Amino acid sequence: MALDYSQKVMDHFMNPHNVGEIPNADGVGEAGNPKCGDIMKIYLKVNPDTQIIEDVKFKTFGCASAIASSSMATDMIKGRTIEDAWNLTNNAVAEALDGLPPIKMHCSVLAEEAIHTALNDYRAKHGMNIIPMEHHED
Amino acid sequence: MFCYMDHTATTPVSPEVLSAMMPYFSENFGNPSSVYSFSRKSRAAIEKAREQVASSINADPSEIFFTGSGTEADNWALKGTLEKAIKLGKNHLITTKIEHHAILHTAEYLSKFHGVDVTYLDVDSEGFINLDELKAAITDKTALISIMFANNEVGTIEPVTEIGTICREKKIPFHTDAVQAAAHLNIDVKAMNIDMLSMSAHKMYGPKGVGALYLRKGMRPENFIHGGAQEKKHRASTENISGIVGFGEAMKILKSRLDDDKAINSARRDKLIAGILGKIPHAKLNGATGDKRLPNNINFSFIGVEGETLLLDLDYKGISASTGSACSSESLDPSHVLLALGLKHEMAHGSLRFTIGRLTTDEHINYLLEVLPEIVAKRRAMSPLWEDYLKTLGEKA
Ligand SMILES: Cc1ncc(COP(=O)(O)O)c(C=O)c1O
Ligand code: FES
Repeated sequence: MALDYSQKVMDHFMNPHNVGEIPNADGVGEAGNPKCGDIMKIYLKVNPDTQIIEDVKFKTFGCASAIASSSMATDMIKGRTIEDAWNLTNNAVAEALDGLPPIKMHCSVLAEEAIHTALNDYRAKHGMNIIPMEHHED
Repeated sequence: MFCYMDHTATTPVSPEVLSAMMPYFSENFGNPSSVYSFSRKSRAAIEKAREQVASSINADPSEIFFTGSGTEADNWALKGTLEKAIKLGKNHLITTKIEHHAILHTAEYLSKFHGVDVTYLDVDSEGFINLDELKAAITDKTALISIMFANNEVGTIEPVTEIGTICREKKIPFHTDAVQAAAHLNIDVKAMNIDMLSMSAHKMYGPKGVGALYLRKGMRPENFIHGGAQEKKHRASTENISGIVGFGEAMKILKSRLDDDKAINSARRDKLIAGILGKIPHAKLNGATGDKRLPNNINFSFIGVEGETLLLDLDYKGISASTGSACSSESLDPSHVLLALGLKHEMAHGSLRFTIGRLTTDEHINYLLEVLPEIVAKRRAMSPLWEDYLKTLGEKA
């Protein structure tokens, strides 16, 4: 299947930002994609005083769209507070990438869910309430 | 560098084939069914192509029927045979789990709309059917056995001669999808006891949109395309003359160089396989080895990486390949062939197929061997699955 990825998707796919792991991360989250079996793992470093995400890294097993979404989403939450980061939607990630092919929209959900899981991991470790996760398709 | 490694998807029309076709567009455009003398050239050209195709598989020209594709030939063989058989109380079809969708989706259709009972034979880890399982699956309701000659994804060549013998003994018609095999192997429909065989021109440096169904004398599946009296009343529609001429020419050229091509391709294939196994850790070859594998097929799984990403990385380097990954299929399901071989989902995910051919050079092989290890390493480095896999091996990530 020939896919039409935007130049932005290709840029983030070829040279993804924030790839890797953070040793002793403050929050770690993993999300799996029920549709095609892909996995994304997110590591957060959060400043406990300001609640600002100072560093974020990811590892993703998935298609170009999943990798580009991981790269873009991590860029978008870096330097933001954990409250702000929670509100990042997969649609916003897709938009920032100049769109994703319809069949590939679910790959951006992977990023949103992995971030939510990592944020909840941080919250749990710091005695904050766990925010219920919403699962959605695209 | 443009490095086309997807000859199984399709091939370029060769210059000789194209020039053979050219007179049949604007010059000799006559309808072969017309009576005036001008149209005789069209008729003669089709009959020549029929002889070229027939002789290359040791069939009689009267046993070759041109179709609009390999897919149509498959549809015709299955639907036409089962529709007739059902009327005689036989509604059982035996095929395999690794067929092309042209067969599988036709079988599903027959099951859904005509109550056909379909047995899908399993294959072993290299993709071979088991002959005892085939024999055991046959019942007095079995109307057709359709087993592909060689698989398009992993290149496994099925034991066609043995299957033909079993079918002949049991007096059950044997159809084989030889769309890939006919482009690489010597086929003798008589010696192999094949009753029906599908072919397609665009896999052998001929044009797209033309194929053929070989029907052994006496085989008469119900027509699939109904209409005019073309192809001796068995396949209606005004003939695609240029396409048919191109098919005949392509087949003639293919036969004349088949043994040489086979030797060259097999050597390059084995060099590529050995090179990948030597340079990329934890690479798994999918399919069989040696003479039981199509000479042009290389199919690997790289645990920890996803195939579509590899395809895009390769494309960036000018290399065209293919994958069985779920992410690159419309349905988001991984390749049914790789799953039938027993691969886990994540291994099917990380599969790559390279299919070499006339566009391939030794430089291409070397170039691929240089580029691929870096690409796989780069993508594995960002994969949580690879990390987990290494942990299970007790290695350091
Ligand atoms: C084994 C097999 N059967 C059938 C087909 C379909 O042939 P065509 O493209 O001529 O319809 C293909 C081509 O992809 C094939 O590989
Ligand atoms: S991650 Fe599988 S389709 Fe995108």
